[in-house]
Amino acid sequence: MIEFGFALKQTRQENMDKVSLDKYNRLLDLEPSFKRCFQCGNCSATCSARQFTDFSIRRVHTSFRRGEYDGLADELRKCMLCGKCTLVCPRGVNLRSLIISMRQILDEPEKTGRR
Amino acid sequence: MKKVAIIGAGPAGIEAASILARSGVEVTLFEKSETPLKNLQDKAFLFPNFQAAQEIIDDLSGKLLVDGITLVSGVEISELKWQGTEWKLTDSKAQTYVTDAVLIATGYQVFDAHRKEELGYGIYKGVITSLDMEQMIKHGKILNANGDEPKRVTFLQCVGSRDEKSGNHYCSKICCVTAVKQAIEVRKQLPKCEASVFYMDLRMWGQGFEEMYRTAQEKYGVSFVRGRISEAAGTFDGRVQLKSEDTLMGLPLKMTTDLLVLMVGMEASCGTKSLGKACDISGDYGFIRTVNPHLYDNETGKPGLFAAGTCKRPMSVSDSINDARSAALAIKDYLDTI
Repeated sequence: MIEFGFALKQTRQENMDKVSLDKYNRLLDLEPSFKRCFQCGNCSATCSARQFTDFSIRRVHTSFRRGEYDGLADELRKCMLCGKCTLVCPRGVNLRSLIISMRQILDEPEKTGRR
Repeated sequence: MKKVAIIGAGPAGIEAASILARSGVEVTLFEKSETPLKNLQDKAFLFPNFQAAQEIIDDLSGKLLVDGITLVSGVEISELKWQGTEWKLTDSKAQTYVTDAVLIATGYQVFDAHRKEELGYGIYKGVITSLDMEQMIKHGKILNANGDEPKRVTFLQCVGSRDEKSGNHYCSKICCVTAVKQAIEVRKQLPKCEASVFYMDLRMWGQGFEEMYRTAQEKYGVSFVRGRISEAAGTFDGRVQLKSEDTLMGLPLKMTTDLLVLMVGMEASCGTKSLGKACDISGDYGFIRTVNPHLYDNETGKPGLFAAGTCKRPMSVSDSINDARSAALAIKDYLDTI
């Protein structure tokens, strides 16, 4: 049965005033080649996991760049680390290492409790 | 009479030669091919006004007939040496020349698409380069791998440009607008054939370019997909299947096309690279380095040694010709001081 009623909707805006880019900045320390990414999407286009699941490495690293980390740890488990993305990246981003670094950062315990 | 050697009889070399000769300089123009304007002969039409390349060739060829220009074709300059007050040139037939100044106008060559193996050039017949497409347009015979009229033609930007894997970080500048031009030509010649362009950014930097882009969308129905094709594979029926990310939809995309046109970028020609090295004026990616890109863009820092056109960086035909005019002026100023 459908329940009718009122609900408070969260805004869908990316609020760049509130996000914390700490994890993103830490990622750049671990994998500086990521600074060069220019969003061409070659990594996702060639991705083996991408062809059969909704995993998009481009979306994952763009979310990271925007300070939006929710759900990314689960997403990144879909990657099989085959490394094809690294082979095709025209900007020479070491994506395989980037993915491992993202996993590592997302697995780190939160220091302050609040993000 | 002052003497100048110009190496390379492309648009830049010929334009500079005619200006210098008309002002009373004795010019020797060297060309490694048997005929001048080799690269321009491969072109059908020039952007953004669709002027036939042949008209430019005819005009420039006329300028070669000016008194005072000696064209030496079929030879390469194997040695270029400064001898304190003049330059000594030795060509591949061991002939030597002595001149007061030298203009390097050795130009570009296109990126060898075989180097991007994943795009299948030289493996699948349906994968061609922008140069191949230009030939097809020129002869009015746009045909797929089976020799039939194609139903879909797809252009891919940035092949060998903006690509760390090819060692070329730079943008080749002319491919964006060339793809738009060729897509329009395809639609003009084959109104039933679809044309799509895969791009990362479309850089419509020149006068009239953005208008061409609009015309391609509005009048010719060319479709534009923001994504870079990562792989191409042949199909059993001689077509090409390509894989890309549609970055705006956030979805993987696959598409079968009759022709995949790789928009190959510009690299320094072999002659540019070797002369640059020999004279110690080789800059980024083997292009000729000038003293200052704003103020002294034809001077190389060596006495009496100048550069013009695409030996310095990717440039359009019109920019090359303009650059040659400024080089001619710089050379005349130099000749007045010696």
